[in-house]
Amino acid sequence: MLAFAIRRLGQSLFVLVVMSFLVFLGVYAIGNPIELLVNPQADAVERARATAALGLDRPMLEQYGVFLSKAAHGDLGRSFVFNVPAIQLILQKLPATLELAFAAMVIAIAIGIPLGLAAGLRPNSYIGRTIMAGSILGFSLPSFWVGLVLIMVFSVQLGWLPPNGRGETVLLLGVPVSFLTWDGLRHLAMPALNLALFKLSLLVRLTRASTREAVLQDYVKFARAKGLSPRRVIGVHVLKNIMIPIVTVIGLELGSVIAFAIITESIFAWPGSGKLLIDSINQLDRPVIVAYLLVIVTIFIAINFVVDVLYSVLDPRVRLGAAAAH
Amino acid sequence: MSVVAEKTPQAPPAPLAREQSPWRRFAAEFAESRLALFGLAMLVVIVAIAVLAPWISPQNPYDLAQLDVMDSKLPPGEHSATTGKPYWLGTDDQGRDMLSGIFYGLRISLVVGVTSTVIALAIGLALGLAAAYFGGRVDAIIMRIADIQLSFPAILIALVLLAVLGQGVDKIIVSLVTVQWAYYARTVRSAALVERQKEYIEAARVLALSRPRIVLRHLLPNCLPPLIVVATVQVAHAIQLEAALSFLGLGLPITEPSIGLLISNGFQYLLSGKYWISFYPGVALLLTIVAINLVADQLRDVLNPRLKK
Repeated sequence: MLAFAIRRLGQSLFVLVVMSFLVFLGVYAIGNPIELLVNPQADAVERARATAALGLDRPMLEQYGVFLSKAAHGDLGRSFVFNVPAIQLILQKLPATLELAFAAMVIAIAIGIPLGLAAGLRPNSYIGRTIMAGSILGFSLPSFWVGLVLIMVFSVQLGWLPPNGRGETVLLLGVPVSFLTWDGLRHLAMPALNLALFKLSLLVRLTRASTREAVLQDYVKFARAKGLSPRRVIGVHVLKNIMIPIVTVIGLELGSVIAFAIITESIFAWPGSGKLLIDSINQLDRPVIVAYLLVIVTIFIAINFVVDVLYSVLDPRVRLGAAAAH
Repeated sequence: MSVVAEKTPQAPPAPLAREQSPWRRFAAEFAESRLALFGLAMLVVIVAIAVLAPWISPQNPYDLAQLDVMDSKLPPGEHSATTGKPYWLGTDDQGRDMLSGIFYGLRISLVVGVTSTVIALAIGLALGLAAAYFGGRVDAIIMRIADIQLSFPAILIALVLLAVLGQGVDKIIVSLVTVQWAYYARTVRSAALVERQKEYIEAARVLALSRPRIVLRHLLPNCLPPLIVVATVQVAHAIQLEAALSFLGLGLPITEPSIGLLISNGFQYLLSGKYWISFYPGVALLLTIVAINLVADQLRDVLNPRLKK
């Protein structure tokens, strides 16, 4: 088990280093940020001085070397636009993104799993078919357009919910959060629902498929034969067994929710890290782009690592399979 | 659009033997689902609109001479102040007819989606077949790259690439291809690994056919069914992804507005109640994707040998 975890950790670190190089190399190729930063009237001397001050005149590999050694100390460069450390900028915005992502996940789980279970237990009933048709629609709806329709209906037509921003926040363990105030909740509702829609459809399909397989298994038949109540058969025997794939997918999808939050944050002007990324790309704020991507890649690799290890703890076949493959 | 045309086997070229022709059997099985037929019909109409856009649009939305600022932001059904012609879906901020904008936008969205899918399919097919046929180190390297790539969401990879490459039709196609190839490589590889074990490949080997001939004439055709299903779904994904990227302002330039860019353009007027500028392009996008998904769902059922009666 420990050997598996260590080997997996080594792989993760390798991916991280490769990604950091690719990201740096790629971002280096975007236009010259000096054009944006200095006064257009500045003369060549002034420009050269600014270029040197930012270290942009040195060879690319040297810049990467400097970047790596600084990154190892937690310094990912200063934002060209805001002139504050890029990592600080990202970490300030990250809690808003994480709050949005978790809220979306909670909505997707709270609605998706019961619906999937209902559809899986009675696949051919009217309800089961309606749920499946709804999930196809959920997959097909372009999520950014759904966001616009939500704003159109709930903000413009009905005037119930605010179209943008985070609303009133309170500090929870030193981090500002929206979900503890009424105003914050009203701001959170639409973006979270918008972000949840796709994952909700995914969870419905996954739960339905797993349930359909599970109810045919011998242990379920046996539980029924023992005379257990249907509630207990479903709540304990079925649910427990379909949870392994579902928990895995939820874990893996958490990362993708954070990535998709980029779109949702842009629509609802949610002040999170995704909106910061889009703004930084438009302003060619290179250190912030690199810092964002490295933070996101690290989160991803961490999630994948934890899910892999957890899965091998839950299901010994995975661990043995991985060992046999090497 | 070529992909779509290939997948409309309603009229088999030469139905020689009755009931024996695989095309005819395939068409009959496909037609069993009314919903799928409906999706196919919708898709045919959408493709026809995209192809014929220059001839059926009420105006050329990118010819500035035909636009009238006096007509800007008119609601649906309103008539032009100068020519008196109706704008069925309203106009945008520059007085452009939304209906014409959507027709032309579909054209760009479909071209980008289909082109990137075809290129990604070709690359993924070649790499997947190579991985399955050569095995060993080649297999390990190709599939490891695919695995790492697939562990990140497509939108993130596409965003990074576009941030690096800049805007443009060619650039968005490059990033969509990069995002998609791994799906095909995986699908082909797993199909080829199964097919390779079968007797007809062994028979071909016994006949001492050349390696390229075995791979291309025997192995490849039998790996196609799952690939067709993945490709259909991926066209929808590519169109959706392109729309999202264009919406974020990172996809296509404003001179070549796809559906996503039209929606993005109308977003700023949404809060003042001028919903039609983004709403109707969104409906067009939704209908396109639903149509493709309906067809893909039925293709999956028809081409899946496990579900054969």
